[in-house]
Amino acid sequence: MATKLNLKELSKREDRLAPGHRLCAGCGAGIVVRQILAAIDEPVVLANATGCLEVSTTIFPYTSWRVPWIHNAFENAASTMSGVETAYRALVKRGKIPEQNVKFIAFGGDGGTYDIGIQALSGALERGHKMMYVCYNNEAYMNTGIQRSSATPLGANTTTSPAGKVIPGKMQPRKDLTAICAAHNIPYVAQASPHNWRDLMEKARKGVAADGPAFLNVLSSCNRGWRHDTSTTVEVMKLATETCVWPLYEVENGVWRLTYKPKVKKPVTEWLEAQGRFRHLFRPENQYMIERIQADVDGKWERLLKLCGEA
Amino acid sequence: MSEFKALDGTGAVAEAMRQINPDVVAAYPITPQTAIVQTFSEFVADGLVDTEFITVESEHSALSACVGAAAAGARVMTATSSAGLAFMWEILYVAASNRLPIIMTNVNRALSAPINIHCDHSDSMGARDAGWIHLFCENAQEAYDTVIQAVRIAEHPDVLLPVMVLFDGFITSHAEERVEIFDDAWVKAFVGEYKPKHSLLDLDHPVTYGPLDFTDYYFEHKRQQVEAMRHAQKVILDVADEFAKTFGRKYGLFEMYRLDDAEVAVVVSSSTAGTARAAVDKLRAQGAKVGLLKPRVFRPFPAQEMVAALQHLKAVGVMDRAISFGSMGNAGPLFLELAAAMKIYDAGVPMADFVFGLGGRDIVPSQIEGVFRSLLQIAETGKVSELVSYVGVRE
Repeated sequence: MATKLNLKELSKREDRLAPGHRLCAGCGAGIVVRQILAAIDEPVVLANATGCLEVSTTIFPYTSWRVPWIHNAFENAASTMSGVETAYRALVKRGKIPEQNVKFIAFGGDGGTYDIGIQALSGALERGHKMMYVCYNNEAYMNTGIQRSSATPLGANTTTSPAGKVIPGKMQPRKDLTAICAAHNIPYVAQASPHNWRDLMEKARKGVAADGPAFLNVLSSCNRGWRHDTSTTVEVMKLATETCVWPLYEVENGVWRLTYKPKVKKPVTEWLEAQGRFRHLFRPENQYMIERIQADVDGKWERLLKLCGEA
Repeated sequence: MSEFKALDGTGAVAEAMRQINPDVVAAYPITPQTAIVQTFSEFVADGLVDTEFITVESEHSALSACVGAAAAGARVMTATSSAGLAFMWEILYVAASNRLPIIMTNVNRALSAPINIHCDHSDSMGARDAGWIHLFCENAQEAYDTVIQAVRIAEHPDVLLPVMVLFDGFITSHAEERVEIFDDAWVKAFVGEYKPKHSLLDLDHPVTYGPLDFTDYYFEHKRQQVEAMRHAQKVILDVADEFAKTFGRKYGLFEMYRLDDAEVAVVVSSSTAGTARAAVDKLRAQGAKVGLLKPRVFRPFPAQEMVAALQHLKAVGVMDRAISFGSMGNAGPLFLELAAAMKIYDAGVPMADFVFGLGGRDIVPSQIEGVFRSLLQIAETGKVSELVSYVGVRE
């Protein structure tokens, strides 16, 4: 029997990511990882791309991981985990280790997933390894100091897309990596956010139960980059969903489904206002950017509704 | 028990891999290595091995998957060439530093640009400081024998380092030779079972692979790699001894040919050593006292042993199939390293470097005879007029 997804039961479990790690106060990554690992009853083996989560949890001679864990490099968490998962099958087949229903999970930030790691990810998904890849998506290269990635939203001020006198932040909308992964026709793809913990945990369970690769794109606030108070992490991520900037949905065996639909779709300004990285957009000369962002969000939301049979 | 087969270098290596039957192979096609993984794929498809073969989307992922699989306790092999090795470069260091006994055949091929699929040693020489053991092979037989030995060397608890088995693209990889293939059972017995000490799949003893070192630990970890490399030389020789006892063929750190009473010698690795042997014989027949030293183990570099073998000479010529651009005299890496060793250990022998064969340019016995004639002149005059010269190039 799977552990019930209620807080009373879940709080009894020992965290697989031990306390004492050095992630920042209010960091989304630790919340994402703990929710996902708490959802999974089976033994796990983890891989981690280079990034905040990796550097903050394994400063030698310490490790925060109570489960087997490997970091190889920045762009290859997916291929590294391909090797681990394959070794497991090879050694089980040869009777060298027991079959234990091990779940293989790779974590990477958006830089390591959307950008430098997309080739390794695509290869691993195509090959059909039974593993779940989780992108903890804080929408920029936060570990190196808030540089824009292809996951950075339109208009955001980052250190390589600074809000300047003539260019108001990042001028491109983000790449739709969730849809790209879905286009690999793997058994399970989902977009999630830890403010809706039950939704994320259910998706994590579906992901590791899938008979093949799974991909979770999980929003993960970085208050250093998004510029909000450390205490408002969950609220800011919730606003991303309520404004339809970050819809929660899944693609299970090719069937698209919204897992949460806001009762009232809030204007994107509510999400933008909550974060310092968009402050410059509220200057009169940048009003057009806010309109562009709203139009971009609206168009994508409409398309998603159609894909999910809701329109 | 053994039988002789007509095989090219890639076929011989694929045979060794079939017999070793590793747990995991991850590889990507690149000329001239491709035939190894192609042949091995057939073994997988026909059920001659039960290896799990990961058909990765790049060499970077090939070695990344090897790192993951090796950390998970599997016996792991791959193969590549040229740009493929260059693409792996970042992960070469990761594999060595995590002390993962991965076996990789690198079929030596020139690096771009201009793109060229033929042999030179610029690919593996570029990776010479990555922490791998480098073993050069002259022909298909040596490649076969060396892959078998490499498993034992890499997995030895005093070593635990990845091993590169190197041989010449096309010249060795695609030329058919008479190769002695041992009984499967013998080879299996020789390589034995791999019992990893720290595995990601040992769920009761969770390990963290690849943590972050700050200034307080990184240096010590690099220092430990030096110890492993130091231990490697003895292990390479021990494994070679055991191999000789089991299979009859003897290997060392390098091979000497008519060197004892020679006055001048050429130092050259891989297939060109065979060509050089013919040149030695011809000149010997004419009364010239010439000899050959063929390096086998390039990493760890057997400096003292090589100097001991060469210090009685009046001139030594190194033949390099790569250039270390911008180095002293724009010489090749083998020359630079050997010249340093000869100086440090007071050999006092005049030396010159002869760069040859880049991008697969042919090297023929008469050209090596020319090298010997230059060396004989150096021996006579005691003067090196040209530190580095280029054999067979249009100036």
